[in-house]
Order: sequence, then structure tokens, then C-alpha cells
Amino acid sequence: MTTKRIIPCLDVKDGRVVKGVNFLGLCDVSSPVKLAKFYSESGADELVFYDITASAEERSLFTDILREVAGKVFIPLTVGGGIRSLADFDRVLKCGADKVSVNSGALADPSLIDAAAKKYGNQCVVLSSDVKRVDGVFRVFAKGGRENTGREAVAWIREGVERGAGEIVLNSIDTDGVRSGFDLEMLEAVSGAVDVPVIASGGAGGISDFVTLFRTLPRVDAGLAASIFHYGEVGIGELKLALQKAGVPVRLM
Amino acid sequence: MIAVVDYGVGNLFSLASSLSAVGADAFVTGEADAIRSADKILLPGVGAFADAVKKLRESGLFSLLREEAREGKPLLGICLGMQLLFEKSYEFGEHEGLALIPGTVRPIAEQIPAGLKIPHIGWNALHFTGARHPLFRYIKDGDSVYFVHSYAAVDCGDAVIATAEYGAPLTAAVAKGSVLGCQFHPEKSGNVGLSILRAFCEL
Repeated sequence: MTTKRIIPCLDVKDGRVVKGVNFLGLCDVSSPVKLAKFYSESGADELVFYDITASAEERSLFTDILREVAGKVFIPLTVGGGIRSLADFDRVLKCGADKVSVNSGALADPSLIDAAAKKYGNQCVVLSSDVKRVDGVFRVFAKGGRENTGREAVAWIREGVERGAGEIVLNSIDTDGVRSGFDLEMLEAVSGAVDVPVIASGGAGGISDFVTLFRTLPRVDAGLAASIFHYGEVGIGELKLALQKAGVPVRLM
Repeated sequence: MIAVVDYGVGNLFSLASSLSAVGADAFVTGEADAIRSADKILLPGVGAFADAVKKLRESGLFSLLREEAREGKPLLGICLGMQLLFEKSYEFGEHEGLALIPGTVRPIAEQIPAGLKIPHIGWNALHFTGARHPLFRYIKDGDSVYFVHSYAAVDCGDAVIATAEYGAPLTAAVAKGSVLGCQFHPEKSGNVGLSILRAFCEL
């Protein structure tokens, strides 16, 4: 069987990796290329790079870094941030991305998912959603979690899959940066509603959160986290050993 | 010299980088003469089978690859590039492949129990079939590699050299003489994948 995937996420700004807490208070961590290589050697199953810059100059700095990473790290790479058109897909795929993650761009124009899936295949299109409870309803937020789109999350994610998204990253704004565990309730609602892989994001504070995630929700395929890996609080090797001990299938180095 | 065949499907950056990482002398080309002059051929591919066949035929590479492989030049197909090696694919219709290895390409959905997610995506362990093939000389039975596919080869007879368990054994790698195929992506499978590429370079 396929193993559960552990995915470090690297937010890249000005050529450096950053991680926000509840999307605020960015602080510098390390070199994206060094960190990517380190993770790959420690047993990361995949890497996600988010380009959190806005200007065109910074964008080309990001693709330079991506090309350098893809030339040295031989595990799947997903790239997101500022993807609004097929030209954006093309730009990052040419630099070595294997999958492209869309979020606000797909909310602004859902047909981007259809067009990209048709051109590059469903496996290439990852729909990433930032979701937060508003009056007890899961709502999709755009623009890095700042804007409530009013869309109900499960309906939106289902629509995304019907349009051709081959994978879902579900980021709970409610648990992001809080480090008290993944949002199991939200993840259960989404993973039960779609047949494509679901990647859990937001809330990992330690090894036991991953164990709880995969043991409670066998339909969740992967766990994504940033700061606990970047700050060395959790090593990927020790995390995977703990998962294996708990009966969760993982790839060991 | 290894020719990585560029016929306009997918991006070959990672594959070319992974080959240089194992010290291979590889170049990306769509030129018939360059492919003829290479010692080995690597046939990549992502996307739909029919499109790939069409592009290979239009560029004249379809018959060239057949000739080169039949003359014994080592040829490794990866993912869709592997599927192209078979007689036929049933992806959106019925399409003829290069017919260098017996077998047909059929939806995974027909091959596994209901309830499992498709595509078969992620890391899965390789199980060698029979004696270890030289392509696997640097890896062990049970090592994991990265898969992304919705179709898999069946009826390949003794050409299967490795399978991956996904509700049922799926064809993961095949060999017939010097024609080889990997359903998974060695260029995305970390050190295990690089070891497979290294072994291919040394064949």
C-alpha cells in the first residue's frame, strides 16, 4: 500500500524560508535549497514551496531558487503562491515543479482548475484551501486567510475535484500556528467527501499530532507542517519511526 | 551517452538533473540522429497515451525507437514512457503502442478492489518478481518509490520484474531483453530512484 506522506512546507520570501504564526509575524529561518536537501535526506516524502512574494522581481528570484532545488532534490515538489493562470503553471513546471497548488487564483476563476487539469493532468493540480469556522460553518478564505469568500468548504472542495483537482491541501486557519493538533473535525468532513488524496495542514505541534491524525482519519493521506520541522523540534526520521510503531505505514530511509 | 527523448510531453528538467546527479552523460533531444548516436535511450512521458503516440509518430520517433530497441540498444521507459512500450493501451479508447514488450495498459480501477483512491499516488514498496534484475542491483526488495498513475500494464507474462501492492499487485517495472520500463518515477524517488538510474546507466 502507499505510505502516509510527511510533507514539510517552505514559505519563501525574498529567497528565504519564512513561517508565520496564524499567518502573521514572519521571521527568517534558512536557505530554501539547504533546507530542501536536508529534508529530502531526512526522509521527507515530498516538499511544498509557497511563493509568498508579490512583485515580478521577487517572482523570478523564487523560480531561480526552485530551479536550484529541483536540480538537487529528487522527491516530488509542489509549488504554490500567486498561481492565477496557465502561464503561471507553465512558469513553475518549467523550473522543475511536479505539482502546482492553486488557492485564491482558483477561487477568483474556478475554470483555471479545469484548464490546468486538461493541459497538465489531474495529478498536477493541487487545490489548496484555507478554511475557518464562521458561525459553525466551514468557510473558505482567500488571500492568505484574510478574505472570507462566503463559500462553504466541503462544497467548494468537491467542486474543485469535479473540475479536475487531483489532490487537496486542507489548511485549517482555526488550528494553524496553534500547535495543538490537526483539525480532525474539518479533515473528517473533507476527506469523507472526496476520493482524491487529502493533505492535512495546520496545527501540528508534535509527533503525537501526526499519530492521532493518521490513526483517527485513515482517509487522510499526508500531513504537512512547517515550523515544527524548520526549528528542529520534530525530526522527520523520529516522526516516521513513531508512526511505524503506531502501525501507520510510512516510508523509512 | 544517454539520449532523453524530448517529444513535447512534460518537462524533462528533473529527469536530466537526476541523471547528472548519478554522473551520467545525458542530453535531452528530439533529433533522430542524436538518438541514433546515443548508447542508451530514456523515454519519459506524462499525460495521455494517445497524445504521446501521436507526437512520436509525427516526429518520426515512433519507428526510430522501435528500430533502435530491436537492435538491442538499452531503452528505459518511465511512467507513460513505460506504457508506450506495450502493444496497446485502453486509455480513452484503444491505441497501439510500440509493442516492444508484451502486454496491454488498462485502468487501475479494473485491477483493484473498489474503495481505494485512484490515481495510485505516493510512495509504495517494490516487490521483485523472480531473480533480481540488474536494474535493481543497488536497491532491495521492499524499497519504496514514487508512483502517480491511473493506468497500469497487464498480461505482460514474464516481462514483469517488480510489482507494487495496491489492493492487488500492480505492474511496477518490466524488462524484455534490453527494453525496460518503470511505472514509477525514479527521478522523484530519492536515493532509491537515483540508484535505479545509476544501474541503468551501467547496463
